[in-house]
Amino acid sequence: MNTQSNAMPESPLESQVTAPAPIPATRVLYWSVRRELWENRSVYLAPLAVAAVALFGFSLGSIAGIWEKPLRLNPAQPQVPYDMAAGLMMLTGIVVSVFYCLDALHGERRDRGILFWKSLPVSDLTTVLSKAMIPLVILPLLTFAITVAMQWLMLLLSSAVLLVSGLSVTALWTNLSFLRMSLLLLYHILAAHALWPAPIYCWLLLVSGWPRRATFLWAALPLVAIAGVEQIAFHSWHFAALVGSRLIGAAPTVAMTSPDMFPTDPMTHITPAQFLITPGLWIGLAIAAAFLAAAVRLRRYQGPI
Amino acid sequence: MTVIEARGLRKVFGTTIALDGVDLRVEEGRILGLIGPNGAGKTTALNAILGLTPYQGELKVLGRDPWTERDQLMRDVCFIADVAVLPRWIRVWQLLDYVAGVHPRFDRRKAEGFLAKTTIGRNSRVRELSKGMVTQLHLAVVMAIDARLLVLDEPTLGLDILYRKQFYDSLLNDYFDRSRTIVATTHQVEEIQNVLTDVMFINRGRIVFDCSMEELESRYLEVMVLPQNVAAARAFKPMHERQVLGRSILLFDLMTLDKVGRQQLVPFGEVRTPGIADLFVAVLGNMQGNQAGQQAQGAA
Repeated sequence: MNTQSNAMPESPLESQVTAPAPIPATRVLYWSVRRELWENRSVYLAPLAVAAVALFGFSLGSIAGIWEKPLRLNPAQPQVPYDMAAGLMMLTGIVVSVFYCLDALHGERRDRGILFWKSLPVSDLTTVLSKAMIPLVILPLLTFAITVAMQWLMLLLSSAVLLVSGLSVTALWTNLSFLRMSLLLLYHILAAHALWPAPIYCWLLLVSGWPRRATFLWAALPLVAIAGVEQIAFHSWHFAALVGSRLIGAAPTVAMTSPDMFPTDPMTHITPAQFLITPGLWIGLAIAAAFLAAAVRLRRYQGPI
Repeated sequence: MTVIEARGLRKVFGTTIALDGVDLRVEEGRILGLIGPNGAGKTTALNAILGLTPYQGELKVLGRDPWTERDQLMRDVCFIADVAVLPRWIRVWQLLDYVAGVHPRFDRRKAEGFLAKTTIGRNSRVRELSKGMVTQLHLAVVMAIDARLLVLDEPTLGLDILYRKQFYDSLLNDYFDRSRTIVATTHQVEEIQNVLTDVMFINRGRIVFDCSMEELESRYLEVMVLPQNVAAARAFKPMHERQVLGRSILLFDLMTLDKVGRQQLVPFGEVRTPGIADLFVAVLGNMQGNQAGQQAQGAA
């Protein structure tokens, strides 16, 4: 509640003299991000639903493992299902991000709401930043939090199954270092699923502000065209591989160095220093910033469609 | 204090000229009606004032350039377009929370007070509300903002007569005072005639008529001429003539008639102030007549 406007006198002449202080930019950004979450509930509902499904599948296998030995968790190599579940969550994050970005600057033009949003003292920069924060900040953190909660429940479930089967849980708990697994997961999500694919998400965001319809087509066609030209001219797939690796979060120092995809295997790919000096990271971030700047400029010109 | 000042405002869409050198000046405390046929450039003019579209020429709203300073300008300007502008997915409490979060001049308690007089539930989504209720909601939000300029673009389009009446009544009673300024466009001209302080006609991207209501009342008059007096009345060169139920109604501009006062026209029949709609038809009809005449002369 805005206390300043409450305290304001009723007489308009006086109220003009005591102009309320402008609202800090961070508060406007905060409310704009909340607005995005109100509008796009799939941002948190989809990861929650997938986590619930993964948990359901895991509990089916675990409970069946009480009788069926092959389905039982191997306490010496316990992380496989945890990695699979985490991978599923990250895949969900990618899908939600892509669909969110493609609609971000399109939906408000389609439902004419842009006329209302533009009638409020919120700059185009704040609006575009709040929309970019969803795939780059909010979704990665949400994915992390939900994944950790899910894995924690999985651990409890496995322990319960082992106890019921009359086996010791010590091997499971010593082989599965939960804290380290979570820290690695956080690093992986931020590096490989927020910073590394930033240019892709910002490209989708920019394109969503451009066409009247079929945003997916407008976003995908230039990429397909460039890849096609490259293949025909030079018989190579470098551009397609580049875009693909950015999107699925296969950063060179994050996952490529390891035989398995997910970084829960201790210490194989945690090389933040190396990641931070990769030129590709900074080139990607610069391109992402350029796309965002173009999106801000574009939104100034756009009205309802 | 001048709220809106435009000089030579131009806007071209492809080959269509939407605004063709508009000069406009709106002072504080006025309620201006911008009247024009479809496609005359009303909405384009309002969009330029609100910083929604780029333009050529000079334009200052509350001393700011709307195109480059839209977000700062919107602290002092409110805007209601036709009813379909509130996003359909938003819930009433979310709308209030958001506007309270981002608008320094929004008084949430006031908005709650206006909403309490309606049947709008806090948890309803905009898509679940009727057209009239969406307008009530938007108006409640806008009236709770202590703005200096309110822009209304066909705000009551598609509403029934009860909601339309209520809309302008609450604007006048609960919102308007001499330090605020309202600019409105509408097709239901008669309904806002007694609300306006100024009226402007716009046609083909140009302002063709600009007049305060006091001037309009003293300058223009309409005479319902008795059949036997029609020829005599026509001698005074009315600017427009129309037939209603077999009676001729002649519209006079006293400025163009030397020495003809109200008194001389009284004997011809019942004298009254013309409605804005009739004046609009007369002004635009004369313009088109002149243009047709010029074209005919050119052809000859």
